[in-house]
Amino acid sequence: MTRDPRPATEPPVSHPDPREEPDPREEIVEHLASLRAFGMSLTRNSATADDLVQDTIVKAWSNIDKFEPGTNMRAWLFTILRNTYYSLHRKRSREVADVDGDYAAQLSEKPAHDGRLAMTDFRDAFAQLPDDQREVLILVGASGFSYEEAAGMCGCAVGTIKSRANRGRKRLAELMQLDADEALEMTDAATLGVVNAPPSG
Amino acid sequence: MSRNRKRSKVDEQIDENLRRVYDDMLGEAVPDRFLDLIEQLRRTEPPRPSGGKERDDA
Repeated sequence: MTRDPRPATEPPVSHPDPREEPDPREEIVEHLASLRAFGMSLTRNSATADDLVQDTIVKAWSNIDKFEPGTNMRAWLFTILRNTYYSLHRKRSREVADVDGDYAAQLSEKPAHDGRLAMTDFRDAFAQLPDDQREVLILVGASGFSYEEAAGMCGCAVGTIKSRANRGRKRLAELMQLDADEALEMTDAATLGVVNAPPSG
Repeated sequence: MSRNRKRSKVDEQIDENLRRVYDDMLGEAVPDRFLDLIEQLRRTEPPRPSGGKERDDA
């Protein structure tokens, strides 16, 4: 606990006295929506996700002394949620993952124009990825954590996180046939351009 | 090589879609059961009084 040793007469600027800080538990409520979204992407099942969020809230509340003030509360909560998920999941490893219909079909399908993918297709493809790849893609691809933060949360090396993210993106591209289509289109256009071009001179 | 450019364009597209999936989930209403749970936890274990000693009874 190395605190700024400035004299007591000088008012603290950005380093409030720890005793004046609000109870960090009051911050938990601000992260419920993102906890739930993370839980949904991990479990692919809204009922399981909600149970996980509930466990996470209770664990976080009763272990708040393990939270280091000034660090990222959302990262801490996500870590509790994922650890809870994996300890449950290992116990149930023989059961088939219960991917519910809501996960894929919550939204009405949007047309796949202008480079956007059909959302249901994308969700289906995403749901097919292994847990570790889905997790990393949500952490770094969607919710803005750095590779280093994700490594800390998942308890593994930064290189492992990067390779999971790369494999996940590659697999999604394959499932969505993204690069194949694009490459074909480009090749066709280029080829036709050459074939149909009038001979110069 | 344009292969790398294509690759990173595909990655961008994937990340954009990941964000959309995630944002859609974020936009969902938080079920009342979580707020009720927090309210219940608050009642059983009220916030620490500032500057006071921590109660550590089981």
